[in-house]
Amino acid sequence: MSRYTSLTDDDLREMLAVIGASSIDELFDAIPAALRLGRPLDLPEGLSEQEVFAHLSAMAARNVSAEDEITFLGAGMYDHYVPALIDSILSRSEFLTPYTPYQPEISQGGLQVMFEYQTAISELTGLPVSNASLYEGPSAVGAAAYLAKLANGRRDVVVSRGVHPHSRATLATLAPGYGQSVVETPLTDGATDLAALEAAIGPDTTAVIVQQPNFLGAIEDLEPVVAAAKAVGALVVCSCDPLPLALLKTPGELGVDVAVGEGQSLGNRLDYGGPSFGFFAASQEHIRRMPGRIAGETRDVDGRRGFVLTLQTREQHIRREKATSNICTAQVLNALAGVIYLSWLGKRGAVELAELMARRADYARRALGAVPGVRALHEQPIAREFALALDASVEAVVERCAAEGVNAGYPLGREYPEYADGLLVAITEQRSRADIDRLADALGRAVAAESRTGSLAGSRA
Amino acid sequence: MTIATQTPQQREEILTIYERSRPGRRAFTPPALDVPDRPIDELIPARLRRAAPPELPEIAEPEIVRHYNGLSKRNFDLDSGFYPLGSCTMKHNPKLHERVAALPGNARLHPFQAPARAQGALELMWNLERALAEVSGLPHVSLQPSAGSHGELAGVLLTRAYHADRGDQRTLVLTPDTAHGTNPATVTMAGYEVVKVGTSPDGGVDLEDLRRKADDRVACLMLTNPNTLGLFDPNIEEIARVTHDAGATLYYDGANLNAVMGISRPGDMGFDIVHFNLHKSFTQPHGGGGPGAGPIAVSDRIEPYLMVPRITCAEGAGGGPPRFDLEDDRPKSIGRLRGFQGNYGVFVRSYAYICSLGAAGLREASEIAVLNANYLLALLRRPEIAPYLPLAYGERCMHEFVLSGAPMKRDLGIRTTDLAKRLLDFGYHPPTVYFPLLVEEALLVEPTETETRETLEEFAEAIGAILCEAAEDPAIAQNAPYSTPVRRLDEAAAARTPVVRQPRPT
Repeated sequence: MSRYTSLTDDDLREMLAVIGASSIDELFDAIPAALRLGRPLDLPEGLSEQEVFAHLSAMAARNVSAEDEITFLGAGMYDHYVPALIDSILSRSEFLTPYTPYQPEISQGGLQVMFEYQTAISELTGLPVSNASLYEGPSAVGAAAYLAKLANGRRDVVVSRGVHPHSRATLATLAPGYGQSVVETPLTDGATDLAALEAAIGPDTTAVIVQQPNFLGAIEDLEPVVAAAKAVGALVVCSCDPLPLALLKTPGELGVDVAVGEGQSLGNRLDYGGPSFGFFAASQEHIRRMPGRIAGETRDVDGRRGFVLTLQTREQHIRREKATSNICTAQVLNALAGVIYLSWLGKRGAVELAELMARRADYARRALGAVPGVRALHEQPIAREFALALDASVEAVVERCAAEGVNAGYPLGREYPEYADGLLVAITEQRSRADIDRLADALGRAVAAESRTGSLAGSRA
Repeated sequence: MTIATQTPQQREEILTIYERSRPGRRAFTPPALDVPDRPIDELIPARLRRAAPPELPEIAEPEIVRHYNGLSKRNFDLDSGFYPLGSCTMKHNPKLHERVAALPGNARLHPFQAPARAQGALELMWNLERALAEVSGLPHVSLQPSAGSHGELAGVLLTRAYHADRGDQRTLVLTPDTAHGTNPATVTMAGYEVVKVGTSPDGGVDLEDLRRKADDRVACLMLTNPNTLGLFDPNIEEIARVTHDAGATLYYDGANLNAVMGISRPGDMGFDIVHFNLHKSFTQPHGGGGPGAGPIAVSDRIEPYLMVPRITCAEGAGGGPPRFDLEDDRPKSIGRLRGFQGNYGVFVRSYAYICSLGAAGLREASEIAVLNANYLLALLRRPEIAPYLPLAYGERCMHEFVLSGAPMKRDLGIRTTDLAKRLLDFGYHPPTVYFPLLVEEALLVEPTETETRETLEEFAEAIGAILCEAAEDPAIAQNAPYSTPVRRLDEAAAARTPVVRQPRPT
């Protein structure tokens, strides 16, 4: 008997007697003999709790985490500080262990959390309607393309190359099923090339998808993009980084139809890429095309305020093949971390944090741009992350820095052949000026050692 | 003398975090500014900035903690009581799993860390893939999908790629009328049309109907086995034959895998593609609606199309440890379904579970799950209960069973929803209600293996008591619940005029 079950020999005997079966095996009689496995699974024997802990601890110790190095790695997920109260609240079994609130009378806590979360996302994005979470950022971009299909049914999704490569890859996977084609438009000077975008859109464009700040860290000027998309009757989808949104013009102010994004930076751990959550907000006209759960306020029979899952006729368990999405289980616990985090930051703190990151990122771009063999890849305004161009093999430089305990960032050449010399550097509030200066030193040595042109050879042997 | 009491849960009006906000309060202290204090105007031009800051709450830490702790007490949860929600496998979530998931080497590992410096994570994922391959009987696994429905989408898109690669244009996907709603919704999102297959009187797939519909337009048959009636379809080999003869793939919705782990394998039944719900069979705290994970396992012929990145394992040089890597270069792959490598934190917990249980433990989990379900079913077949809540199909069940509340409604005047609401007053989370759709007033009960015999007996007693009470006065159940933080809520009003966020302060 495993430590998670309670069946004793006496229980077994008496339970079988009540069932009227002679053995457990008999309960599986419906399974044809040929389909019985007939042997133990080829898996190791079970272990005690302390052995499992030791085994998993040893595996975890073989990873180099943000605890073990000074990391400037971002590119979609960021090493932000997660306040202790999030761990405390999320570990409460009342949040951790229930499922989707199918019985609202005993799920008011979870439903109210969804309502508060939706409010926070609505405030950040400036859009009136938010759902209660999707899986993560890139699949939320895919979900936005599906909303566009439901809204206007046109063929082409036009997406800026400033959108996260994983979002674009996810779109490319989903588009054939949606009956859509994906058209990518290039970047110029680190930002979406407006002329190229305008040339790519037309009456067949279902939606234009951009990212703010874009993958290279540039804050895009979205007004002309929105105007161009609206001129051809296409929807505008903006994938947003939620923390800089405390400063930036909101999707709502810009006239964007759908704002989506990766929620990890809102109080969620890195967790090697998940679980985090994706957010999804839209203008009022799209409320009945939204994917996922939505909590709404109502009253009970005694007139008390309460919350329920609402507009469920959009959803798969009611609408089946006509649903606005197939999503069922999403990332509610991660969204709870998100709303606690935003409440912890608060109205002023959210702005202060965004300003601190913008100032440190500005300092870092200047300090690193002054390193010989290193320059800023673009001069667009930035919020937390920015791109450098190196006069050396980026992968080799990153390896050298790693040997010094500094993770210099993300080599852009992995996804952008046009930026083979690019390095993407993220500055969260956890990276101090001293950390940035240390990166400048490490980068200087590494670039000098790996210099392609030889113009930096002065520092080489 | 009356004694006045008022616990926070009994207060007339619950407040939102926004209503607790007061200007000037705060919880967050930013780190000191250690770089030049440049005006924001110089960094981000005003025309790119928002007009006003977001109206987030202004509130100090103690009140945030009290607010959310207060809300938590308005939730029922698995750690507090029996949660026999059918098709959701609400088994115990071992506490160890939270500890290992929180280890810094897991929790603070960046998804773009170089594979050479994430060997522990990749090894864990590799081991989990191997274990899932063994449990499913299908050799190739991708952990990437984030939930069951995401795994379904992967499976149908893989089917699409498989047929397209062979130059075979197909337009239809078959799903039984007992299927989870995610199945037909997924089919539409993958660009196919749904065709329903009927259920035979014994609760399995109607073979005649299947034979009629399985033609060369059919891309796939999506099936759950045991199905949502809690029955193992004894004709599964014939179903597989008919499906494959039509050139279609056979997809296994793994929502009910908890019935057959180590006993029977979808791969051996003839399935081509399987999704697992790690949050069900491989225990994951359900988090109020996620996170979960929906890995898929596939046969050799589907493997070329699997999502990228794939995890690879190469033998170590000179007898060293094996080297794990991520590989994107798979020309026939359908691509990505999400960012990064999937819900790794979920993988850690499920891997810990498999390590704890081992081969014998997984089998035993399924055996006890089926035993517990049959025991509870037997208890509910007592003469004071069974006439009102008959078993919808069959005699026994696998890990869950479906009762019909139709006679209860007719004879006692209470509906399944009334029974469910009254169960709340007895301290239980009700079973799944009104699913599957083909059973009138359905009640889908899944006790799982981690419940004690006593819990099942007490639950059966509660059902009996509610029916007995309803025979006396149906209004009691019709107006239930009475003991919960709120009573029945006006869902129609919520949908008519949706209030989906806190109104902005004026």
